[in-house]
Amino acid sequence: MKPAPFAYAKARSLDHAIALLDGAPDARVLAGGQSLVPALNMRLSTPSLLVDINGLRELGEISRRNGHIEIGALVRHAQAERSSAIAQLAPLLTQAIPHIAHPAIRNRGTFGGSIALADPAAELPACLLALGAEIEVTGRTGRRSVAADEFFKGLFETALGPGDVLTAIRIAVPGSAARFGFAELARRHGDYALVGLAAAGTVHGGGLADVRLAFFGVGDRATRARQAEAALESGNLDAAVAALQHDLSPHSDVHASAATRSHLAGVLLRRVAAQLDSST
Amino acid sequence: MKRTPDVAPIVTALDRPNSYIGRSVPRPNLARLTQGRAQYVSDITLPRMAHVAFVRSPHAHARISKIETTAAKQAAGVIAVVTGAELAKVMTPWVGVLTHLKGIKSAPQHPIAVERACWQGEAVCAVVARTRALAEDACELVEVSYEELTPVTDAETALDPTTQVIHPELEDNLTFERKHEAGAPDQGFAQADAIIETTFRFGRHTGVTNEARSIVADWNPGEQRLTVYQGTQAPHMMQNLFAKHLGLEEHQVRVLTKDVGGSFGIKVHTYADEMATVALAKLLRRPIKFVADRLESFVTDIHARDHRVKAKIGVTRDGTITAFEIDDLTGIGPYSVYPRTSGIEANQVVNLVGGPYTCPNYRARARVVFQNKNVMCQYRAVGHPIATSVTEGLVELAAAQIGLDPLELRRRNLIPDDAYPATGASGIKFEALSHHACLAHIDSMMNYAGLRAEQARLRGQGVHRGIGFAAFIEVTNPSAAFYGIGGARISAQDGATVRLDATGALFCATGVTEQGQGTEAVIAQCVATAFGVPLERVRVLTGDTDNVPYGGGTWASRAAGIGGEAAWQAGKALRANVLAAAASILQADPKKLDISNGVIVDADNGRERIGLDEVARVVYFRPDTLPPGFQAEMVATRHYVPRGYPFAFTNGIQASYLEVDTDTGFIKLLKHWCVEDCGTVINPQLVDEQIRGGIVQGIGAALFEHCVYDERGQLLNGTMADYLVPMAPEMPDIEVGHVVTPTADSELGAKGAGEAGTAGASGGIMNAVNDALRPLGATPITEIPMTPDVVLRALNKI
Ligand SMILES: Cc1cc2nc3c(=O)[nH]c(=O)nc-3n(C[C@H](O)[C@H](O)[C@H](O)COP(=O)(O)OP(=O)(O)OC[C@H]3O[C@@H](n4cnc5c(N)ncnc54)[C@H](O)[C@@H]3O)c2cc1C
Repeated sequence: MKPAPFAYAKARSLDHAIALLDGAPDARVLAGGQSLVPALNMRLSTPSLLVDINGLRELGEISRRNGHIEIGALVRHAQAERSSAIAQLAPLLTQAIPHIAHPAIRNRGTFGGSIALADPAAELPACLLALGAEIEVTGRTGRRSVAADEFFKGLFETALGPGDVLTAIRIAVPGSAARFGFAELARRHGDYALVGLAAAGTVHGGGLADVRLAFFGVGDRATRARQAEAALESGNLDAAVAALQHDLSPHSDVHASAATRSHLAGVLLRRVAAQLDSST
Repeated sequence: MKRTPDVAPIVTALDRPNSYIGRSVPRPNLARLTQGRAQYVSDITLPRMAHVAFVRSPHAHARISKIETTAAKQAAGVIAVVTGAELAKVMTPWVGVLTHLKGIKSAPQHPIAVERACWQGEAVCAVVARTRALAEDACELVEVSYEELTPVTDAETALDPTTQVIHPELEDNLTFERKHEAGAPDQGFAQADAIIETTFRFGRHTGVTNEARSIVADWNPGEQRLTVYQGTQAPHMMQNLFAKHLGLEEHQVRVLTKDVGGSFGIKVHTYADEMATVALAKLLRRPIKFVADRLESFVTDIHARDHRVKAKIGVTRDGTITAFEIDDLTGIGPYSVYPRTSGIEANQVVNLVGGPYTCPNYRARARVVFQNKNVMCQYRAVGHPIATSVTEGLVELAAAQIGLDPLELRRRNLIPDDAYPATGASGIKFEALSHHACLAHIDSMMNYAGLRAEQARLRGQGVHRGIGFAAFIEVTNPSAAFYGIGGARISAQDGATVRLDATGALFCATGVTEQGQGTEAVIAQCVATAFGVPLERVRVLTGDTDNVPYGGGTWASRAAGIGGEAAWQAGKALRANVLAAAASILQADPKKLDISNGVIVDADNGRERIGLDEVARVVYFRPDTLPPGFQAEMVATRHYVPRGYPFAFTNGIQASYLEVDTDTGFIKLLKHWCVEDCGTVINPQLVDEQIRGGIVQGIGAALFEHCVYDERGQLLNGTMADYLVPMAPEMPDIEVGHVVTPTADSELGAKGAGEAGTAGASGGIMNAVNDALRPLGATPITEIPMTPDVVLRALNKI
């Protein structure tokens, strides 16, 4: 379990990082290294060059601007977990982050790394879907913003191109009627979820509007359950649970069968719906 | 027999002036281990040392048609690329059979596959290079052409006439079969008011050691001698095997085993890649290191426990068990592992089922079959979790069927505490057990009645909790009956040599080994107590075939019971020698002297006479002052092997309390109890931690650990991310109690304690889950691990 040989370069600036990436099409960004380094050791990934972005301080900040909270790509999970700005303006994240791995991994692992990796069972991609976040990408042609709904393309596949660096995540500051819910089931504490659900909605009249249900662990990527969202907006929880049969296509693996995942998704939907309701 | 809630008593016979028996003294190696100053094999670096990495078969069964090594040989840093055929000229193959397992058969196994790979992960080529990384780089350049063969993966069909025979020369895929019948099982079942028949399934799993298997082999042509640094449980056994298969005399091989990061039975076998490393060192005439990485550990460290047991119990309305019957089938991979064989676990299942109970009617069959998966062999509590889960699973199903409390059913059937010596239905001999005392102890320790009341109350609120028990027996302190009589050169006896140094401190060399479990502490306690010095005056040496008495090492819960007794006797013998010298210096009667806290004292009143340092000074530097004709002997060696019984059986009972989330199928462990009887408790803390650690491994088996193979023989979860070891957040508090019934086979009276926890944990948890789910009309669960899939299926929710 030793990595194949690779070159290493420490980026001095974002431009430098992009230039380095540009020079080697199979280069990889090194952020917290918590996913990339094991992949290198198992030779699942054999890039010729690692571009280390850990020195880019400007990517490590959490700030509030123009009605958004902006989270830099290099913000560590642990830093986000403790952030009072995030607790206040994006409480869904504060709820979700303790489920990511273990403290030692959260100390190194980064926000951007989790989003860029797009593990189908990871918490943060689903949270971004539920929050309708914008993902800022910087590449050779400059900066662009991608909506979370457009960002996750498939199994470990995203809208990031070869020379791109994910630089920040932007989340609109929620209004007072916004409600959030989060739950996941993992065999052991800190494991990737068997099934998880990050949800958001707005209290509207007696019910919920703008419901966004983002499941993880039940497909090749974090997935919105759109029919279930509609059913929940119309106040029919049973119909929402039934709709998951159409919305989700869970897989079987060594940890759980597709039938179990499907059943658990329904259980989680009931639990999270109660959270959305009880927080009214 | 004596019952103690937490701290074990000091047994009077052993209550020497400064006794350490029964005291939780810190282990002497603690500082070394916690300060990172231990010496693991990975820490060893020798001049000219090279590293080996192996190209491993991606197929479960394939003919190797060609191995192209040219590119690899030319790669940076590569010293040699060696195939199985080339290595077969250096080392002879081995066959894992023993004569006392009648009819067991296996095929010759080579250090590196020759012609055919028989499981995914078997080494097919070795690359030796300056560093492990360079060796791995070059492994990618070795081109192996395979011709895939049909793999045999399902044990259930391995014996079908249409199934391919893995080793054609053996004629079928049957490794070993044992049948046993005792009493009158048919009559027993005929007398029963209820017969429960079910099938238990146990997931294949492995023992994940903190330190992976590792070895450094160094052949010195000048000395014609091989020195092997190896993380092993049995250095002398390995010395014999390295010598035998390299064509050397045993004295030409030295095995050194310093610190070992956990073994659990994983490190007591012959591994092809370790044998290959030794052969490569001889071939290349330079030191070679091999440290298994996690990926290769999962496909090469022995697996265990893949059993399917059809089982049946008969019980009368008044709760008398009338018969047990089992049919065990287990698939052990393509080879019976050398030299202990892979027939032992199934053999143990036959030996142990029904073991705690008086019921004399028993029929058993066990079949062990070959298949194209990684090899299976002995892992902590060999066969015990299977036998205990089957027996105790049946007992609780029977209790539920006849509407009797499960503890009460046990009370009516466990062998009475005053009925010893006794013989079990399988023929196993018990010297003295304490099932009823243990049951009474756990009943009060867990407040069973109170828990039942709480369970009922919460049930009303929709909370589903369960209580499950598992009474067990454990094989410890084995005599030659385990391996020696079957022809294996595995020592059942062990020895200790104790020496007084020139300042009055003691040095003890022991044949048993330290795997991280605290052997050094236990040996030091025995020596210090028997001889009479403070613990810190005893230094213990383990794991060096040149310098310790010949012995078996650590396995089958023998290190404390057997090694401890040898150390105790050696300490006593040296005390007598030293008192003889002191008496001649003091011109006193040696019988009237004793040694206490490092000082020669008058035996009757404890008056200090002369320090040990002074005795040592005279003996070593002024022997001229001793009376003529007196020769002091400051070294004593003693050996010990149990002779009265083939095994010192221990016993105990465990209980699990847990909650099942019936929506998700998730199981939350709330509490676990174990009351066990390992005889004299030398170090209560070490015993308790052995029990707790063992229980945690049993919890792993019950809920998490599983080597999942597909029908092509591919291991699907061979990484630490996918193979779930039990971790702290999911573990319950574990309370341990003791009943003490010393064995009369030794003066110390200590039996083993290393496997009791693992023996009973998974069965207790399975019973507790069924207890929780029974009122919901669930199908009883009889398989482990109990994943959400399994629980939800039992609840009919998926
Ligand atoms: C034992 C263990 C358990 C874990 N459990 C969980 C869990 O339960 N939930 C969970 O979500 N995660 C889990 N993780 C993963 C962890 O959260 C990682 O930190 C995270 O997935 C990746 O972040 P990183 O900063 O370490 O990225 P790295 O490992 O450095 O990189 C990961 C990938 O993203 C790319 N990348 C990283 N940053 C950028 C960027 N700014 N722009 C473009 N590409 C980039 C890299 O090139 C690489 O391909 C676990 C990890 C371990 C080791």
